[in-house]
Amino acid sequence: MPVLELREITKKFPGVLANDRVSLSLDAGEILALLGENGAGKSTLMNCVYGLLAIDGGEILVDGALVRIKAPRDAIDLGIGMVHQHFMLVEPLTVTENIVLGREPARLGVIDFATAKARVRELSERYGLRIDPDARIMDLSVGMQQRVEILKALYQGARILILDEPSAVLTPQEVKELFSVIKSLTAEGLAVAFITHKLEEVVAVADRIIVMRDGRTVGETRPSETDEVGLARMMVGRDVVLSIQKDPPNPREPVLVVESLSVMGDRGLEALHGVSLTVRSGEIVGIAGVDGNGQRELVESVVGLRRPSSGRIELKGRDITHSSARESIAAGVSHVPEDRHRRGLVLEFDLAENLILGDHNAEPYTTRGIMHPVAIGETARKRIADYDVRTPSEHVLAGALSGGNQQKLVLARELGRDPELLVAAQPTRGLDVGAIEFVHRRIVAERDAGKAVLLVSMELEEIQSLSDRILVFYEGNIVAEFASGEVDDETLGYHMTGGGGAKLGEQPVAASARGEAGR
Amino acid sequence: MVVLRKAGVPLLSVLLAMLVGSIVIVATGKDPVVAFAALLQGAFGGWRQIGDTILRSTPLMFTGLAVAFGFRANLFNIGAEGQLFIGGLAAAILGVALGGLPWFVSVPAIIVLGALAGAAWAFIPALLKAKVGAHEVITTMMFSYIARYLVSYLVNGPLRGDTAIPQTALIPASATLPTFDKVFSFIGLEPSRAHFGFILAIGVAVVIWLIFKYTTLGYEVRAVGYNPLAAENAGISVSWTTVRALCISGALAGLAGVVEVMGVHHRLFDQFSSGFGFTGIAVALLAKNHPLAVIPAALLFGALSAGGPAMQLEADVPLKLISIIQALVIFFVAAETVITYFIRKRQKEAVTDAE
Repeated sequence: MPVLELREITKKFPGVLANDRVSLSLDAGEILALLGENGAGKSTLMNCVYGLLAIDGGEILVDGALVRIKAPRDAIDLGIGMVHQHFMLVEPLTVTENIVLGREPARLGVIDFATAKARVRELSERYGLRIDPDARIMDLSVGMQQRVEILKALYQGARILILDEPSAVLTPQEVKELFSVIKSLTAEGLAVAFITHKLEEVVAVADRIIVMRDGRTVGETRPSETDEVGLARMMVGRDVVLSIQKDPPNPREPVLVVESLSVMGDRGLEALHGVSLTVRSGEIVGIAGVDGNGQRELVESVVGLRRPSSGRIELKGRDITHSSARESIAAGVSHVPEDRHRRGLVLEFDLAENLILGDHNAEPYTTRGIMHPVAIGETARKRIADYDVRTPSEHVLAGALSGGNQQKLVLARELGRDPELLVAAQPTRGLDVGAIEFVHRRIVAERDAGKAVLLVSMELEEIQSLSDRILVFYEGNIVAEFASGEVDDETLGYHMTGGGGAKLGEQPVAASARGEAGR
Repeated sequence: MVVLRKAGVPLLSVLLAMLVGSIVIVATGKDPVVAFAALLQGAFGGWRQIGDTILRSTPLMFTGLAVAFGFRANLFNIGAEGQLFIGGLAAAILGVALGGLPWFVSVPAIIVLGALAGAAWAFIPALLKAKVGAHEVITTMMFSYIARYLVSYLVNGPLRGDTAIPQTALIPASATLPTFDKVFSFIGLEPSRAHFGFILAIGVAVVIWLIFKYTTLGYEVRAVGYNPLAAENAGISVSWTTVRALCISGALAGLAGVVEVMGVHHRLFDQFSSGFGFTGIAVALLAKNHPLAVIPAALLFGALSAGGPAMQLEADVPLKLISIIQALVIFFVAAETVITYFIRKRQKEAVTDAE
């Protein structure tokens, strides 16, 4: 008998049918992958199972018995645990304190930490989830924090574990560790359902795969019966190009030259230690690295949002080291920021107003401080059409668009300026396969048109597929450099986590030498 | 129409406030129908009453615009009262100083300089906010106290006019704003203290509306108000825009003081403002920070102020009830914001969950 069964689950929101009579079942000891694009309804479905949302129709059965789940408490009591993409941990508290939060072993109101710690150790050993019970959450890596979340669910007695996009925040190495944890959990009899839109993971670890699209299940299969291309087709409903075919690069003169750049980070520590790099016209340079190794500071220095403490940045020979954002834009630098909601768009502005951000005080949109709505509207409509932004009009507020369309809007603005250098940071974060394909095509098109592109991404697939040259950042230094097609994900991941052994001052690992150093 | 839909909630807030106000009146044993009838009569019953309403609305339009402009930039200019005192002070001093000049020189000059005085009073708080992040609520409020006591000192001492009363000298007629009945004497309007400052206020409201709709300044202020990070990314100087916005807000508040001195009292004295700066906050909230909506919102508060004494006289309802109704209006407008926030939050969760 399946440990969890969903029958005809329906969930409605104003204006959208998020789940349309979805049925699925999950057996003990099974790893089920729920695959689909953003907006397919996978998270909504699981949030209903966990009690965060109320279902509008259908039935949930646990161990064959009909249940009503009105709040997470009900789900937890039934043995259902969930680990969300955004962790719900209290940073200053310890691992033990977080795990027992809400269910502390206590005697007469006094918490029995000894028992709590023992229980945590016991769980941690049983499932192979090594963790220090006294470590504070804020000191742990993201991968470890996720482990705490999993332990929390196990402590609460979960027999069914739901993971929502668990690998979104992990390095390749951590993803491997997560998968082995999942396998050991199911070996102990747990049932695991994980939500993802990453094809390669699904194929690597799932026993069964259910694909959702537009709120419905569109197919059920096993890794042995399909491949990534087939899964992508099911997810999107058409053939999707997973890896952009691009012509070999034809790099010409240098456009961006960064020399010995040192930049201070937010916490008073130096984030970039004398980094040097070059991006030529007609070339895409990809920066691989785990978030927080200096990439953000590099991007901000180049686009004028942060002042370097020493070094030089030149754009086509022009010194832009201390240029402001306005001056950088005027010099020909365009920036697709990593967080489109925070830096990229003003969500309360309409599309036309967003499309002129950065150029809003120049011709043809403005003359001496007075804006020309007609010219602005014309350009807006043209860009919206060129970049396939799905919207009824340019007067819709940016906040109303989907993530993919918002990102297309940002691209439309930044590329529409015809820049010399495009700096793209996490350009496809949070986007589904169809939108990713679009963005990647546009970036390659820019490169083919002779622009210089500096790409920063945590997605190795994106780096591998788009970059002509790959630089690996670790702790504020470039620790390795590779040409496109010469390095595999594992080696990249190794260097990304400092495995290359490169220290301050040492030469970065060159492509030819990586064979020895990388192993 | 979009306008009606947007005005729906503020209108509803006003009606609810009246309703609850009626309950309060009943609770004190008085008749609400008589009370509100008296209120309406006192505010709009005749030309003199309408003039009174217009008179009381005029400074509120300026302070309402001031606070609304600040809010658009995500700045809370709670110190409008102080800026209006400084504006009034400037008008009183300049009125005497420029008294010899013909009116078409002195009047515009005093208006402009008075506005600049208000802007100057907001400049230091603006700079502090932009450079070190000092919250403008604290700094402008502190400057408000400084302004009030400065005026009090000057009016009792150095600037005192000939009499023993603490007030400045009367400014000559060439530096004043005429009243409507004087200008339109050929029509034979009833004498009233309503003055041309009202026309100026409407004009300024329209200008502010145009600024937001068609100028780079308005665009940048709104961008910084909504999302300073995205504005910064677009090359907009957040600190300079903050300074400009708060100074413009100060200028508008200063104008409130200017027109009160030039149009009503023709001199400056301690109590010349009955909290216009603070009522302006309520006006801005009711108008939802829209410059043109400030006009009806200010008229409403002006009407409440004008009709209050009549209500007290006819229905024996204490004047303080006007304050209660004002408070209720603010409360219901704020409640709408809170409710909308929660509705949007649930919609956002729905959309993100659906992803």
